[in-house]
Amino acid sequence: MTKKFKNKTLEWLDYRLPIFSVLREALVDHPTPRNLNYWWNFGSLAGITLIIMIVSGLLLSMHYVAHVDLAFDSVEHIMRDVNYGWLIRYIHSVGASMFFLIVYIHIGRGLYYGSYKSPREVLWWLGIIIFLLMIAAAFLGYTLPWGQMSFWGATVITNLFSAIPLVGDNIVTWLWGGFSVDNPTLNRFYSLHFLIPFLIVGVVFFHIIALHKFGSNNPTGIDLNFKQEKIPFHPYYTIKDFFGFGIFFIIFSIFIFFLPNALGHPDNYIPADPLVTPEHIVPEWYFLPFYAILRAIPFKLLGVIAMLGSIFILFVLPWLDTCKVRSCRFRPIYKQFYWIFIFNFIVLGWIGSKVPEGHYLIISRICTAYYFMHFLFILPILGMFEKTLPLPTNIFKDSKKK
Amino acid sequence: MINKKKISNLTKDRRSFLKLTTTSMAALGSAFAIWPFIDSMNPSADVLALSVKEFDLSNIEEGSSKTVKWRGKPVFIKHRTKKEIDEAREVNLSELKDPEKDEDRVQKPEWLIVVGVCSHLGCIPLGQKTSDAKGEFNGWFCPCHGSHYDSSGRVRKGPAPKNLQVPKYKFINKNKIQIG
Repeated sequence: MTKKFKNKTLEWLDYRLPIFSVLREALVDHPTPRNLNYWWNFGSLAGITLIIMIVSGLLLSMHYVAHVDLAFDSVEHIMRDVNYGWLIRYIHSVGASMFFLIVYIHIGRGLYYGSYKSPREVLWWLGIIIFLLMIAAAFLGYTLPWGQMSFWGATVITNLFSAIPLVGDNIVTWLWGGFSVDNPTLNRFYSLHFLIPFLIVGVVFFHIIALHKFGSNNPTGIDLNFKQEKIPFHPYYTIKDFFGFGIFFIIFSIFIFFLPNALGHPDNYIPADPLVTPEHIVPEWYFLPFYAILRAIPFKLLGVIAMLGSIFILFVLPWLDTCKVRSCRFRPIYKQFYWIFIFNFIVLGWIGSKVPEGHYLIISRICTAYYFMHFLFILPILGMFEKTLPLPTNIFKDSKKK
Repeated sequence: MINKKKISNLTKDRRSFLKLTTTSMAALGSAFAIWPFIDSMNPSADVLALSVKEFDLSNIEEGSSKTVKWRGKPVFIKHRTKKEIDEAREVNLSELKDPEKDEDRVQKPEWLIVVGVCSHLGCIPLGQKTSDAKGEFNGWFCPCHGSHYDSSGRVRKGPAPKNLQVPKYKFINKNKIQIG
């Protein structure tokens, strides 16, 4: 038997519990394409943010009280009395925004470089599952401070389920544990908000296992067949990922220390009042595009279906995109549609923050229609007719060309 | 040839220097970043605000004692009789497990103020009520593991290693003390 470790104790332990060799394989030796650009930093950034969210959330949970009479005050207690409570809470609330920003870029990178295509479909699915879990966690967490936005956000989102025919109202009552959003709702939301991050950690492990099966995609999108095209993960990508962390922490800190409430809504500093709805209720910025899709459609059930469909459509994306070439670099026409799609998504986000009336409503309908058109018509048809650029046989040919 | 070797050594030194400084900066930064998380579990401002409390002594008659709550723990305020004071002061210090003069444990001889938590494993000793067992030394008796305390709150017998702790306190006036 060949020995894997010089250290005898480590060798003994690893022979019986091979976590060390698995970790070394994943974090040290793992052959990684040598041409990855900075867009590939966002996976590790999402990982570190998940850890930060779990740690800060754990400490907040030690001071938070999940009760309708005490929740709001306990958050203020964290802000005023707990040592560095303000810092930990701002890390957690700004962290949620950062997490979504990072994951949106991570998804956008996957879309641009065709990372979802065969053989990485399951890897892509696991990513979407993580995204869905994040949405659930963010929504549940936003309820906990029990401000006006918490309460009415919870009311509106749980009411989405009332769109389900026949049993909708029963389901909503079941979700609430009563006849409105109240103490039982808050308690179960807290419980689930605590659970979901650990589910995410579990899915992240599967995500990484699936990633390491075929390795990372790369900017050229071609399969790498030569040993020389890859370099060990450590030190090359560990150091690059750490550099990314450094840049990210600077941006993160600017928000935490100077703009902690810039991404939130001031109405959530008003204690929840079940008898008064705020004049204009909006979700957190990261939900706005989907919120715009929901409101664009004038039928309740259809609106909910469209909103959910806008995410679930990603599951079938690997088959909707019929083009065999992965990277946008070699798809001149798709590249333009890609940026139109991104622009359209941002416009949806902007519309989501507006009152759905007049021309805003019209724009939101056009954008919603385009969102689905992109997946259901443009991608399948483009794959058939687009003339792609010649692919390099290996990544060295690609870099020489420039 | 020599030159090449020199250069490779130089880069090696430079690399290890960069590695060392980078790692230490990262370690230092992490330590600073972790501190707020650790400190958040220390007593918060509202808890600290309750750690100084005033108590009225006027209704505690000679020979009786009162239990008050301070920092979540019982504090025994004992209005001692002449007999109890004498008992406490006559003891030979060499007989004691945790030698302390009674004079050092009180500010005014008639008032003994101690934290009513047994120094063994944290139970509350009996002896505050007249009906309670007071132990063999006319003070307190801990029912958990049988430690006996005298009328100065000093441990005399049993597994407890230390005397009952005297909290920081001061007399604001004749009938009022501030603990903490």
